[in-house]
Amino acid sequence: MGMKPEALLHPTPAGLFCPIGNFYVDPVRPVGRALITHGHSDHARAGHGSVLATRQTLDIMRIRYGDDFTGSEQAAEWGEEIVIDGVTVMFKPAGHVLGSAQILIEKDGLRIVVSGDYKRGIDPTCAPFEPIPCDVFITEATFGLPVFHHPDPKAEIGKLFTSLEQFPERSHLVGAYALGKAQRVIRLIRDNGYAEPIYIHGALARLCDYYQSQGIELGDIRPATIEKSKPAEFSGAVVVGPPSAFQDRWARRFNEPLIAFASGWMMVRQRAKQGGVELPLVVSDHCDWPELLATIEEIAPQEVWVTHGREEALVRWCELKGIPARPLHLVGYEDEGD
Amino acid sequence: MRPFATLLDRLVLTPSRNGKLTLLVDYFRDTPDPDRGYGLAALAGALDLKSVKPAMLRELVMERMDEVLFRYSYDYVGDLAETISLVWEGASKEHVTEEPRLSDVVKRMNSLGRTEVRGAVRDLLDHLDPSGRFAFLKLATGSLRIGVSARLAKQALADMSGKDIIEIETLWHGLTPPYEPLFAWLEGKAEKPVLATPAIFHSVMLANPVEEGDLEKLDPQDYAAEWKWDGIRVQMSSYGGTKKLYSRSGDDITGAFPDVVDAINFEGVIDGELLVGGTKRTNAPTRTFSDLQQRLNRKTVTGKMMDEYPAFVRAYDLLFQGEADIRADGFLTRRNRLSEVIEKAPHDRFDLSDLVAFSDWAELDRLRIDPPDPVIEGVMIKRKDSPYQAGRLKGPWFKWKRDPYNIDAVMLYAQRGHGKRSSYYSDFTFGVWTIGEDGKDQLVPVGKAYFGFTDAELEVLDKFVRDNTIDRFGPVRAVKATPDFGFVLEVAFEGIARSTRHKSGVAMRFPRIARLRQDKLPRDADRLETLTAMIEAREGTG
Repeated sequence: MGMKPEALLHPTPAGLFCPIGNFYVDPVRPVGRALITHGHSDHARAGHGSVLATRQTLDIMRIRYGDDFTGSEQAAEWGEEIVIDGVTVMFKPAGHVLGSAQILIEKDGLRIVVSGDYKRGIDPTCAPFEPIPCDVFITEATFGLPVFHHPDPKAEIGKLFTSLEQFPERSHLVGAYALGKAQRVIRLIRDNGYAEPIYIHGALARLCDYYQSQGIELGDIRPATIEKSKPAEFSGAVVVGPPSAFQDRWARRFNEPLIAFASGWMMVRQRAKQGGVELPLVVSDHCDWPELLATIEEIAPQEVWVTHGREEALVRWCELKGIPARPLHLVGYEDEGD
Repeated sequence: MRPFATLLDRLVLTPSRNGKLTLLVDYFRDTPDPDRGYGLAALAGALDLKSVKPAMLRELVMERMDEVLFRYSYDYVGDLAETISLVWEGASKEHVTEEPRLSDVVKRMNSLGRTEVRGAVRDLLDHLDPSGRFAFLKLATGSLRIGVSARLAKQALADMSGKDIIEIETLWHGLTPPYEPLFAWLEGKAEKPVLATPAIFHSVMLANPVEEGDLEKLDPQDYAAEWKWDGIRVQMSSYGGTKKLYSRSGDDITGAFPDVVDAINFEGVIDGELLVGGTKRTNAPTRTFSDLQQRLNRKTVTGKMMDEYPAFVRAYDLLFQGEADIRADGFLTRRNRLSEVIEKAPHDRFDLSDLVAFSDWAELDRLRIDPPDPVIEGVMIKRKDSPYQAGRLKGPWFKWKRDPYNIDAVMLYAQRGHGKRSSYYSDFTFGVWTIGEDGKDQLVPVGKAYFGFTDAELEVLDKFVRDNTIDRFGPVRAVKATPDFGFVLEVAFEGIARSTRHKSGVAMRFPRIARLRQDKLPRDADRLETLTAMIEAREGTG
């Protein structure tokens, strides 16, 4: 390869920038042309001149930001080659949430993959991750520490059912981020054979409807709104909502609520304890440590760039393996969304 | 190991007592012998397991892992046992045969020779899942802190079986892990176990606080009073050369108080107050609770510690005289016999709690408010003919404490509570005024309180926090507190002592929010000097 990778793509305060194609990937500020990997708010922001993303990501942005979320939009089909000022880009599934994509950026034989957020585990609510051969693999490192070994999500959801048997009178409030995690958790509950209504916080309603319209069956879901006179209605019920709502006055409508939280962070006890979580469910939409390592070994890129999370440990591991790696120190991506 | 590991994971995060009981009852009911017995022992602090040094665990983990990656991990998690349980790459799933049971782990560890420990720990870590590894490492490093007392574990046994907890307490110290005869009896499969040694703990009799209107209905002639000393309630049990000292909840604290235990020269069971200082028969003063604290929560004690903080027991009651159970006798009858026993006991280690003469409740009230010794925290009122009955019955015994200390303080920080309080800011850090380094008045935190208020008051406090947050640190919110704007809280507390651990230099015992003082401005709140003066008055130096 003649061109240096940095000439094709490099970090800027607004996000990863391709000077030849004059576009950004997941910019954190409004820009002229944005390519968006997925709909989580730290990656997909409103106010760009134009957005190129998968149809589902565009739909999700419209649901979250309204019709005028961008000046113009273009939907990318899976595997379609799109040329932007001489740079070829292609979207492939990332397995993170519905519509989530990795973006391949190619010019004169140099291939860079921006993987966005991704995971390798089975998830019936989105298309599975497809490894793409490339020279530079840009990976997240949200759970980039050897402590993170995500267990089987089915076994984790099993803990919710055990608790429902042990505490049949308590409302089980399951915290899950509104896009992706909530729908995945509901689907996991359904796949366990649970046919009772599942109650949801208002913040999840439109996204759950959208998932259902995309053929992801979530069963009987109902709004968790009640008359003040009958909190008993939620006795023993499963209620799914954004975790922030459980610390809010909203949660007071439930009788003796038992707070669960579905997140990769729940692997660490102190995180659960600080959040007042009684029932941690380790269900993550990101790779755990072994999956990050296995993905890098499988793709075998010339270089690894690490975007956000615990970069230093992943960079250290690459060094030990003799793989050139560097942190990008991108700002503006939170640990949210898991 | 999995049922026990799962139980620990849940207990750590379950704040409510009832929730913990449900988890414990389910565990004891669903887990087979002998595993549940070892689980019970671990919870009650009665499990004897070969200990493993943290340094060895680090070495084991370094055999397989890069040191830098381990350091990153440990920095992130902050707990060695948890870090190792999470980073350990176990045997691949295909090779995992059967997961070891808790009883396997206990038996294996305790049968090891010194040189075999390292290999056995490595092998166990390989064959446990992360949560099992965590439980094992916590047991083996002796740092199981999960907010379950021995008493709560026994309450779960009572709930599970329908037996009285007092019966379980009575048996407890005569039994050893894995408690198979106990479980067989609890489940109705065997007779009640017979104890080999009578030097066991007997559940103590407790008093109710005097409440508004309680005493008016009672004839002072029927009651005796004695001082309530600010130490810890203990029980001494001595038979055939076996001498034991138990805390009020039945924990064996014999090992920490050889000065007291070795001096026992009687047979029987005595109820009393453990204190530090001199007995009244040595004419040396009784010392404060903070001095006593130097001797508490230790497994062993040094000679220097015993010289500096000599312990003794001020006797309140006699339950058994020799082997004779005299608990059914009246209080004064038992006390007469107690007085004979104490008379012959070593004078520097034992004395008899004095009776307080009074003719009516008003006189006793005056004595209570102004007691003759600073280490007295009130009076006990006991019906003269009351038998010794375990538990907290209303009527025979009362405690009438000195009024607690009171100050007006300013709310500085608030944190959300747990359980049904998790949507409320219900833990409050409060402060008082002092002169800062810049010579100006500033508020310094002096304590934290999370009870004392009503539900309606909590609504008010919560709203104030939400409306006046000026900063956030994780789950904690800082609230606005200036001389002219803020929330004044009347804080009541039981005691106060100097502290090197707190920036303010003072530490309160049992602080609680007595009243919301919305009628006051922060500028009206108390100063640190007021608290310091309280300590000096208590120490008799002011």
